Amino acid sequence: MTSGYAIVAVLVVALGAILVGTYGLRVSRTTSDFYVASRTVSPWWNASAIGGEYLSAASFVGIAGLIFAYGPDMLWFPVGYTAGYLVLLTMVAAPLRRSGAYTLPDFAEARFRSRVVRGVASVLALAIGWLYLLPQLQGAGLTLNTVTGAPNWVGALVVTVVVTVNVMAGGMRSITFVQAFQYWLKLTAITVPIVFLIVAWQVHGAKSLTEPKYPVFPAETRVTFSHQTVIHAEQSIFIEGTGEIDGTRVENVGFTLTDGYHRIGQGSEFTFPEGAPVPHMSTMDHNTNETWSLPMSSGADFPLYGAYSLIIATFLGTMGLPHVIVRFYTNPNGTAARRTTLIVLGLLSVFYLMPPMYGALGRLYTPELLMTGQTDAVVLVLPTRMIEGIGGQLLGALVAGGAFAAFLSTSSGLVVSLAGVLSQDVLRLGGVRGFRISTMLAGLVPLAMTFVATGMPVADMVGLAFAVAASSLCPLLMLGIWSSRITTIGAIAGMLAGGVPALTAGLVTMFTDTGDAWYEVLLSRPAAWTVPLGFTVMYVVSLLTQRHVPPGVQRTMVKLHAPENLGLDGAGASDERS
Amino acid sequence: MTTPPPPQKPTQRVVVTSPRTRAPRARRPYSGTREINEQSELGAVYMRTLIRAQRRLGLSVCLVTCGALGVLPLLFAIDPELGKVRVLGLGLPWFLLCVATFPMLLLAGWFYVRQAERSEREFAELVERP
Repeated sequence: MTSGYAIVAVLVVALGAILVGTYGLRVSRTTSDFYVASRTVSPWWNASAIGGEYLSAASFVGIAGLIFAYGPDMLWFPVGYTAGYLVLLTMVAAPLRRSGAYTLPDFAEARFRSRVVRGVASVLALAIGWLYLLPQLQGAGLTLNTVTGAPNWVGALVVTVVVTVNVMAGGMRSITFVQAFQYWLKLTAITVPIVFLIVAWQVHGAKSLTEPKYPVFPAETRVTFSHQTVIHAEQSIFIEGTGEIDGTRVENVGFTLTDGYHRIGQGSEFTFPEGAPVPHMSTMDHNTNETWSLPMSSGADFPLYGAYSLIIATFLGTMGLPHVIVRFYTNPNGTAARRTTLIVLGLLSVFYLMPPMYGALGRLYTPELLMTGQTDAVVLVLPTRMIEGIGGQLLGALVAGGAFAAFLSTSSGLVVSLAGVLSQDVLRLGGVRGFRISTMLAGLVPLAMTFVATGMPVADMVGLAFAVAASSLCPLLMLGIWSSRITTIGAIAGMLAGGVPALTAGLVTMFTDTGDAWYEVLLSRPAAWTVPLGFTVMYVVSLLTQRHVPPGVQRTMVKLHAPENLGLDGAGASDERS
Repeated sequence: MTTPPPPQKPTQRVVVTSPRTRAPRARRPYSGTREINEQSELGAVYMRTLIRAQRRLGLSVCLVTCGALGVLPLLFAIDPELGKVRVLGLGLPWFLLCVATFPMLLLAGWFYVRQAERSEREFAELVERP
């Protein structure tokens, strides 16, 4: 779907981000400006910024792709991403703000008065951030590949450069404005096209989305296989074109693809006839549109375990994401932090109504993506496929621009918070210069990682980052805020007991091919066993080491829980809060 | 500029009525704020009450909402026929997860914010009372 308009849209988004960033350069002067926007941000700005930052590649393209391929089980992604904010609101929003922490390691130190707890939290925050950046870059590669045909690494490189330069120039003050603007851009970019697409679907006769038939090619379709792919054909189909099937070279002649599994060589290009049932990748289940629309249709092993693990990871992981936490500091007080979070819940609820509709329409209009495996592209391809002529092209451009905005904003937020952690805890370089060096490092590491990662769906990768956050930093926050019995040793043990297995499982799934071993789901969805492990170890070890309760814990609890306006900061202890 | 009148020596006053109880009331004039800042036993009780109230509120809102969502996969696994029920033209899982969940989450969030702010107001009244 190479389209001039889409390229223009991507360029406009990238340039716009840089322009707003440069404007920020003139207003941000001090170190405090760089890190937290001097806390002059109102709840609506703040909530839009959180929304803009949070709606990542996974939300914009990933969710629709997964629903398109695997059905309603995947609806737990948008639900979990939103419900995570309810958990954040009810359990940590106000106390986290009142702790006065810039970053998660700051919170760890403020609560436990220990450099070691801080160090462990820093390493975990870095790992989670990088794990989360990787799918953003991969999504950017996919988008540029879909709209321009450029190789996948180009998109990743473009996003890294734009984000790094922007953050180095403006810091977080400009980022807050960029992010707030990006939420509304993303909402527009996903809502306007779907309205037109639904109208188009109605005009085409509103074909049922859940017929008991396999998805069929809506028209004669030419398909290029960019990787070697194993597909399963439901019926034999007569195809034409050039390429390799099951090791046999086919040159520009007709070929009958019998039903069953076939290996299609890289670079093959075939034309499939109109009305033929679409073969699908071997990793997907044999679903008609009717069975696809039912729960437990994804064909994964242990679907119930998978669903619960996903629920636990997304519900509890949100609070442990480094770029989400840093936003709470820009609220003036705990009450504003709560209100901001409530607005975020509303903003996310509106956005997440859209992706499932793209996924469902994709079954009718872009079923060949089930065969090539590029299911994440369904949002990008649908507009040009469903609406002919310039209208479709413009809508396609809007979606591409929105998707690019999603990669830019999430990556910016992550790079800012990771740079904060790097400069304060790892490199120990203060000031604006330290922040800039850290920014470079924060962007380059995940860029390097994109070259070795296996191509797994972006929403699944993001799910892994959530799982690590839920197993390590979530227990630290929840137990640290609500129990005064947690000890330094308990905190460290709990973070490691939950975080290390989750991280290992994530890395193994991302960088090796586990195939369909029975334990595969335990590694790709680790949260259901690592989260209870982290919580239990943290609490039990704390009870066993009660002599190591951090000093002044009562005073810390006053600071975390008492409303600010009462002047309850411990006896006359001066505080940097302004 | 007017110079303030020279401070007069305060009149000596003597309490002529005795308190009705025999117990000493020495700490009575302290406000809750001061109790907390000086980390007295009473201050700790004030704080523990606030933290317990907020923890109970947060956990109940969280558990009720997440619990309601959490039983859905189990229900769909126990009775697959539920997945075929249609509500407003959508399959039941689609209706619940795409449409019904979000207003419920918002409502729960709004309720929590209202209650949490109320309990903080009550706490403020309690500790600021002289």
